[in-house]
Amino acid sequence: MAVQITAQEAVKKIVAKSAVMIGGFLGAGVPLVMLDEIAKSGIKELTVISIGAGYRGGGVDIGKLVLNKQIIKYITAHVGTDPNLIKQIVGGEVEMELSPMGTFVERIRAGGAGLGAVVTPVGMGTEVEEMAEKIIVDGKPYLLFKPIRAAVAVIKAHRGDLLGNLQYQGMSNTSPIMATAADIVIAEVDEIVAVGEISPENVGTPGIFVDYLVQGHTYQKRKAIYEELWIATNKL
Amino acid sequence: MSRNYIAKRIAKEFRDGMYVNLGIGIPTESANYIPEGTHVYLQTENGGLMFGPKPKRGESDPDLANAGAEPITMLPGGSVFDVATSFAMIRGGHIDMTVVGALEVDESGSVASWKIPGKLLTGMGGAMDLLYGCKRVVVAMTHTDKYGNSKIKKKCSLPLTAAAVVDLIITDKAVFSIGTGGLYLEELAPGVTSSEVVQLTEGTITNISDWA
Repeated sequence: MAVQITAQEAVKKIVAKSAVMIGGFLGAGVPLVMLDEIAKSGIKELTVISIGAGYRGGGVDIGKLVLNKQIIKYITAHVGTDPNLIKQIVGGEVEMELSPMGTFVERIRAGGAGLGAVVTPVGMGTEVEEMAEKIIVDGKPYLLFKPIRAAVAVIKAHRGDLLGNLQYQGMSNTSPIMATAADIVIAEVDEIVAVGEISPENVGTPGIFVDYLVQGHTYQKRKAIYEELWIATNKL
Repeated sequence: MSRNYIAKRIAKEFRDGMYVNLGIGIPTESANYIPEGTHVYLQTENGGLMFGPKPKRGESDPDLANAGAEPITMLPGGSVFDVATSFAMIRGGHIDMTVVGALEVDESGSVASWKIPGKLLTGMGGAMDLLYGCKRVVVAMTHTDKYGNSKIKKKCSLPLTAAAVVDLIITDKAVFSIGTGGLYLEELAPGVTSSEVVQLTEGTITNISDWA
């Protein structure tokens, strides 16, 4: 079951000093309206859990929270796209917790699926060994990482219904995984549709995982926003 | 100039039917030189298989992007999926080849590409998973850094991305394979001599006597 609320109402679900997961991938597939609203709210001391930083160059999407200095910890695999965030990490204003990208995703999956840990060979023989506990399974060494969960996940999908069912379009990125791993899940969608309009096989995230639906930009508006961004940054 | 040479040389490694993940930069450019009649299925770690070229202006889709968040198209038969599925492909050994850039590679096939202490602190992204899980690992890079120092080391001095994983090194000067005995010179770039390569390479070239 999901309740439709405005972005202004949704942002009140996020409290200062708590952990927030943000869906998407380096600025693509991110919940743009909710991120603007979080930036406007000025909520402080957030721990952001995101696969990477925001769109290259910074100042866009998650980069707005960085400019506002709303983040004290960043749990991620890569921050190379946002020079402002790197500056805050180097300056000690933001603490960074890194894992290899595949491990990062599995830690969230474990957090949502009730598992106790992620056990992976990736990172053996590198500095990553210092970030985890080493264990031996069938004679082979692995690294054991703890699961990741958040108080709130803010994710992005194409369509949603009031049972909370979500349909993705194109790349769903990290959103389907994050949908399982937070106490409160807010889904920003292009369109809110009647129950039954999304056929069962097109449900990417079953409604059981979703608490709130927020009307985001329409698909056409997002298309215009990304075209402009890509042209301005010489990618299109 | 050397950039183009490296990209074209990478393309000779493509085999029909291969699933390939290409790193940002020169490796991605090699897709422009895939030989005619060879079908390569390109994978991107943010969740796409069989993606195609950049769209035209006005035809981009905000939900189709590569791992650098740049617009892409999908080819007929392509598929999209979440990042957990994507890394199951990568870490699970389903990708035939990855081509990546590097700061350093050494004789034992170890790669350093993600961190320069005190300087480059961006995080490893998906590089560690790719180097661990892909069946064939090709490193493509310039032979020397901007100061003229060899990027092919006896032992990497920078923090590793993965230990003992490289199969092939392609530079603007030469191509090396990595075997049990270390570094094997396979090929010289046009106009480059073997003695020049020895001079520019810190690592020991095991089969150099064959090139005398």
